[in-house]
Amino acid sequence: MKISLFIPCFIDQYYPGAGIGAVKILEKLGQEVVYPESQTCCGQPAFNSGYWDEARAVAETMLDAFRDADVVVGVSGSCGAMLKVFYPELFHGQPREAEAKALAEKTHEFSSFLVNVLEVGDLGASLPAKATFHDGCHGLRELGIKREPRELLRHVRGLELVEMGEAETCCGFGGTFSVKFPEISTAMGEVKCASILETGADLIISNDSSCLMQIQGLFDRQGNKIRSMHLAEVLANF
Amino acid sequence: MPAEAAQFHHDAERLTHDLRHRSLIQKALGGYYVKRDEQKAKYTSWQMARASAAAAKYEAVNHLDTYLLEFTAKLEARGTKVFWAADGAEAAAYIASVAREAEVKRIIKSKTMTGEEIHLGQALEKAGLEVVESDLGEFIVQLREEPPYHIVFPSMHLTRGEISETFEKMLGSAPADTPEELTMIARDVMRMKYCQADMGISGANFAVAETGHISITENEGNARLSTTLPKVLVSIVGIEKVVPKLDDLAVLLPMLATAGAGQNMTCYNTLLGGPREPGETDGPEEFHVVLLDNRRTALLADAEQRDALHCIRCGACLNVCPIFKNIGGHSYGTTYQGPIGSVITPHLRGLQSWKHLSFSSSLCGACSEACPVKIDLHHHLLQNRRNAIAQRPVWWEKPIFIGFAWFMRRPALYRMAAPMLRLGGPILHAIRGKFFDPARLWTGTRDLPPAPAQSFKEFWRARYAKR
Repeated sequence: MKISLFIPCFIDQYYPGAGIGAVKILEKLGQEVVYPESQTCCGQPAFNSGYWDEARAVAETMLDAFRDADVVVGVSGSCGAMLKVFYPELFHGQPREAEAKALAEKTHEFSSFLVNVLEVGDLGASLPAKATFHDGCHGLRELGIKREPRELLRHVRGLELVEMGEAETCCGFGGTFSVKFPEISTAMGEVKCASILETGADLIISNDSSCLMQIQGLFDRQGNKIRSMHLAEVLANF
Repeated sequence: MPAEAAQFHHDAERLTHDLRHRSLIQKALGGYYVKRDEQKAKYTSWQMARASAAAAKYEAVNHLDTYLLEFTAKLEARGTKVFWAADGAEAAAYIASVAREAEVKRIIKSKTMTGEEIHLGQALEKAGLEVVESDLGEFIVQLREEPPYHIVFPSMHLTRGEISETFEKMLGSAPADTPEELTMIARDVMRMKYCQADMGISGANFAVAETGHISITENEGNARLSTTLPKVLVSIVGIEKVVPKLDDLAVLLPMLATAGAGQNMTCYNTLLGGPREPGETDGPEEFHVVLLDNRRTALLADAEQRDALHCIRCGACLNVCPIFKNIGGHSYGTTYQGPIGSVITPHLRGLQSWKHLSFSSSLCGACSEACPVKIDLHHHLLQNRRNAIAQRPVWWEKPIFIGFAWFMRRPALYRMAAPMLRLGGPILHAIRGKFFDPARLWTGTRDLPPAPAQSFKEFWRARYAKR
């Protein structure tokens, strides 16, 4: 299967390890991986801020980038939800609606693709750590991903996975919300960080780097040494 | 910034720093989550029940014209007077005129958020009438001259100590600590008020078209006393409260109890069908139903968000909302707090004045997941944002997003971002959180990650070059 990788802009810029991990894993599984280089951003910041014309203009570059792709796999639940759930809405009644729907159809979030399409569980990874998993809200509620990352992490040797209280509560990132309402966003993050600390974990894993940017950003500011990793980085540890 | 938005920012910021408030609300809702989940587990399928409840409300809301007329005809046939009020002023004026004609002096009121919405209590007090809230939580906030903090739990922000202090100050009671003692203090006052009142005012949880009944569900018995003891009864009913069949209550009442308070069923469930009939021993001599629009029809006209009229005011979306839990109910400055309030207030009171509530959300979707009647709450917040910006873009945001789109449509230019970030990263880190830090809205409380040695694009190109 030829897989076109979708690497959201902030993963490209700040968290390349998540994308590199995904390449390593998919190639280990014998898949052909391509990366359409004309991709930039999915347009979510403009979309969530109410600027749908501008969001559509950006989204069109994604329609172009993935026009010839058979399967698109993205390493973010949030940006994946943008393509899968919100593109059809953004392009509703617009000339490129059919293309947007086609892209939504062929797009998969990374962990869901591994478990539900490739039907793999054990990737041969090992990582000695006590970890807790944070469900990014978009992946969880827009895409319905909950079981898949845990199924993959269950097979990681040496990894002890502890569930936190209220794992499904938002970390407070929310894209532009985090800078429009920094006080509320930070308070939500503090609640999340407290839930994480209660588990005694030394590692936070998520399938959304944006949530990890919020959580790690708070822990770093507090001087807490707890680390965070994207799911793909953990699974590529073989 | 509109005054409403400035107030919101101010109050929300204050509450996010109030750690005592945060732990109080967390504790209160922690207990609710446990009970709610216990009750939900008793349903064969909570999701099927949601679908069924949503279907009943969908049918009603999409055929309001039929069901409201059916409801009205049934009520009128048994001697109830039905008044159609376009807005709050009309409703309050009608109720005041009913009070005048019946020579009413004292009113006992059971819980009604629709009444809160139109500030009915204040309007009647201005008309020279005594109005006493009989719901315990509402009674407490009335004594404190505060609006309800939460649509279902009006005084959940108060500790027992604070309630006791309020009672001591306002009622002259002795200090009390247990919920039982506090309830007895309120009960002593209220029993007298029930007997003295010559008018009762209630809301309605549902209005059954098939039989012409108002359904009221409550835990304290106060609504039953308020609606049956006084000689005149007025029930104020939002037009969206109508449901087609009596059978619909079989799913809606338990779901309201479970989603709203983690109960199997609420303790007292009453159906009111008209004034006292000859031979009957209790009930009001006069019964008036005020059907309130107050811009609900504007929401009805919005096909995209019409399902917001499904709302049964259970408060489940507030209870799971991480924003509500951190900023509290009063910060919203609205009758309806939390996600449902953020969705409908712009429709009911003006999009431009209340759009900030739709922006103040991480769009996590916990509300939509919790809603027992399947309102697509968090997507409606997105639609409100889109509508607000389409109507009036923010002058400084518009050029930013035009620039953003221009930049992101140029992949070659975008590739320059990574080296720029490596160059600027250390500088940004050094000035983080300072006044001249361009990223200070983020860095005021959080660090930014360090820029990596290589972006993913650079990694891919290097790898491709090697092959």
